Amino acid sequence: MPEEDDGRQLAARERQLAAYERQLKAYEGEPAAVAGIAKDPVDAAMIRHWCEALGDTNPAYTGPDAVAPATMLQVWTMGGLSGPASRTDAYVQLLALLDDLGCTAVVATDSEQEYVRPLRLGERVTFDSVIESVSGRKTTKLGAGYFVTTRTDVRCGDGELVGTHRFRILKYAPRSPASPPSPATHLRPRPVINRDNSGFWQGIRRNRLLIQRCLACGTLRLPWIPGCVECGSPEWDTREASGAGTVYSYVVMHHPRFPAFDPPYAVALVELAEGVRLVSEVVDVPYDKVRIGMPVTLEFRAYDDELTLPVFRSGEAAA
Amino acid sequence: MTSPSEGTQLPPLDVEITRTLIVAGAIASRDYQDVHHDPDAARAKGSPDIFMNILTTNGLVGRYLTNHFGPHTRLHKLAIRLGAPNYPGDTMRLTGRVEQVDGTQVTVSITGENSLGRHVTGTAVLSTTPEAYADGDAGAGTDVDAGVGTDGARGVDER
Repeated sequence: MPEEDDGRQLAARERQLAAYERQLKAYEGEPAAVAGIAKDPVDAAMIRHWCEALGDTNPAYTGPDAVAPATMLQVWTMGGLSGPASRTDAYVQLLALLDDLGCTAVVATDSEQEYVRPLRLGERVTFDSVIESVSGRKTTKLGAGYFVTTRTDVRCGDGELVGTHRFRILKYAPRSPASPPSPATHLRPRPVINRDNSGFWQGIRRNRLLIQRCLACGTLRLPWIPGCVECGSPEWDTREASGAGTVYSYVVMHHPRFPAFDPPYAVALVELAEGVRLVSEVVDVPYDKVRIGMPVTLEFRAYDDELTLPVFRSGEAAA
Repeated sequence: MTSPSEGTQLPPLDVEITRTLIVAGAIASRDYQDVHHDPDAARAKGSPDIFMNILTTNGLVGRYLTNHFGPHTRLHKLAIRLGAPNYPGDTMRLTGRVEQVDGTQVTVSITGENSLGRHVTGTAVLSTTPEAYADGDAGAGTDVDAGVGTDGARGVDER
């Protein structure tokens, strides 16, 4: 029966995809930009920045009679940080539809330019662009996606054609973040160990959870501090926790994100059978299944070569 | 001076793909797509690092051609296709071959290889005669008599 369900779900997804692709195809021939105007005229500064960046020392690009490098054709039509002003609704919708399909990332794959004549200082280009084609779904190294090809006519003055520019982009669904900052490569924060609490951490390293006990009045205390809060006595010894406890309270962390942790996760305040409490983690329960009053059992978990921490597993101790 | 002839290989040009080149090229082409300057954003989109944008590649191919054929070169067509991305730390070697000479028009095929494979393949159509540039900078006509070819290109390279 699960196989039948899978089959039906697959067929439904295929149908949905086919419907999407029909919608995508409908954008072929629609304008992508209408009566676009360059944000700036062709100017010496932009040409110089381009030549400096690319290491192009061609003398034709400098001086009062400079021409712009031919390959800057598309640059004059770019929206820049403030974004494209001349994009049509059709093109915006097409890109949004591809986003809906999970194809949120984009790379350019092809540029085909024809140059009718060089552009000169002071000329301000206008441009119109059409959606030439939208491909079917393609599997690429980057992920599955669709190629969208636009053709732009670049004009000057009274509409004199100075160049055309065909541009192909791949809108794709990224496979997965490449080398994400994985928890394995980020160590958990180190405890701050001082004279007052070093005995506690020595115990943890030997897989023992030690609770301080006041020698004067017998009050147990955790975390470790120099004196008793009940009677003020600085004399103490330790007793080992049995390991039984219950979730006294908890919070679920969504934000901020710390490199060694994978949110959301539950941070629990566990009340030990001895009556003292400890902030820790319930390790075998999804973050949204941790509940107040849940019985838990202590265990020790080594997170890296140098760090072992007391954590809790749900349920009563087996032994 | 030697006129371009079919089958002539252009001397290769090695371009170091620095982070600076990628970012400077993206900004000079007014391309603020985050994958060309923000490594974290690039990784979130499945790329191990930032990578060169197509306009910069296009410009480098243009530079390679006009440096070789000289400042009078006029590009008529340039069509490129990208393959393996140009990531920081890599080197791209541009090579070219004259495929066809038709009067003043020269067709050149271009390839740019990096350590991952072919970054760019393309075809350019250009003309190299002085008159191709005659309506341009008069000052650039100093070597008109010498013609334009590899000699002229060398002059540009040394500047």
